Amino acid sequence: MMTNPTGRITQGQFSFLPDLSDDDIRLQIEYGLRKGYAWSVEYTDDPHPRNTYWEMYGMPMFDLQDAAGVMVELAQCRQTFPQHYIRLMAFDSTRGIESITMSFIVNRPSKELGFGLARQEWHNRTMRYTVHSYATDKPEGERY
Amino acid sequence: MYNIPGQTSHAPARSDAPSAQPVAGAREVAAGAHTVAEVLAHSQVQTVLAELDHGLVGLAPVKQRVRDIAALLVIDRLRKNRGLTAQAPSLHMCFSGNPGTGKTTVALRMAQILHQLGYVRKGHLVAVTRDDLVGQYIGHTAPKTKEVLKKAMGGVLFIDEAYYLYRPENERDYGQEAIEILLQVMENQRDDLVVILAGYKDRMDTFFSSNPGMSSRIAHHLDFPDYSVPELMRIAEQMLVELDYRFEPGDGAAIEDARSTFEAYLQLRMRQPHFANARSVRNALDRARLRQASRLFSQAEIQHTAQDLSTLSASDIRASRLFAATAAT
Repeated sequence: MMTNPTGRITQGQFSFLPDLSDDDIRLQIEYGLRKGYAWSVEYTDDPHPRNTYWEMYGMPMFDLQDAAGVMVELAQCRQTFPQHYIRLMAFDSTRGIESITMSFIVNRPSKELGFGLARQEWHNRTMRYTVHSYATDKPEGERY
Repeated sequence: MYNIPGQTSHAPARSDAPSAQPVAGAREVAAGAHTVAEVLAHSQVQTVLAELDHGLVGLAPVKQRVRDIAALLVIDRLRKNRGLTAQAPSLHMCFSGNPGTGKTTVALRMAQILHQLGYVRKGHLVAVTRDDLVGQYIGHTAPKTKEVLKKAMGGVLFIDEAYYLYRPENERDYGQEAIEILLQVMENQRDDLVVILAGYKDRMDTFFSSNPGMSSRIAHHLDFPDYSVPELMRIAEQMLVELDYRFEPGDGAAIEDARSTFEAYLQLRMRQPHFANARSVRNALDRARLRQASRLFSQAEIQHTAQDLSTLSASDIRASRLFAATAAT
């Protein structure tokens, strides 16, 4: 069985859709801003599904009125990390929610390495399985 | 079984998707317009211009320039509809004038006008001063300035007392860094925001002469003239109407006319240092309201009518220490 049949990792919203164009992204940002969310840009080169905390690219952007501000930040992040995974996250600061409400990938490396299945022999012939990202075989910065 | 989504070309323009949201009104609505009237009808800029005319006293040269800019934007819209090139004009502005001449107020109206003509997408006004742009240590300025710029995108960035950004006496001042970032964004993202610099005339002139890059990127220099006494009186009366107050009319004998007292007060005040035009008028009225309140407060047993409560008498104004000072000399 292939763990990564489409050659793309699927995390967050829209990840089964074709890549969003900049106009699509702008519309999503506008939607979030109308809801009062604060957007932030994050990147990583270790896309393991359990790697929740990606690196922040700049501070979360509060009090924005227009998507252009987020798009500027995204363009800068893409320029700095063209071969990293980059995602946009929307934080809802409403009392009682206070968490991320939207998150989607907006930049992927040109070749996604995907994951392998690692088996571990345990006592009594037990098998333990885990996924292992091929990317992390290489040191940081050389992965993609 | 598996089609590879990333490999397909980008999805076609999603006209049905969330774009059905009310995106910046005028830009789409006036797409088919071929006459000035049609554009005006769609954009409702007429109402804002009328409001500018009636709501603000004096300022004739400023109003004319605002009208010119509005006209240019309307004609550009028509050109665009006819398939002619309509390159977005540079609309960065400089408002120079003495304190209290209405720079901030006009900036607010300008944001509305630009929004209604679809030049800026959101039409909000972000008012900042040097402290909001310039950091306190190395590496602090750029993120701070960029954050403010991001907040202002889609609207108007109003930099009050802009000449403070540049401090020639300190060559290691971080203000220069903020200016450079500003210049870059003003040049590259003209569609995203409009920058309005404001400040006193003479100091703005020095600011521009030492920052020629800034001067050349600002297309519109608007001078705000000082108000004359009749104009200030009209401003005062507008303020009173908004607050539901009025001047007590005189009867020519026992009761002094509060309006002419206030005019006399203004004459005196204008000769004092730190006269701040409309702002001084507002402060004077606020002080008169205080005195009126304590006058009524002292009459504990009397039932005050609505008229009593909204009338400023001449004595309330006469109590100003300006009159006392002139009487003494």
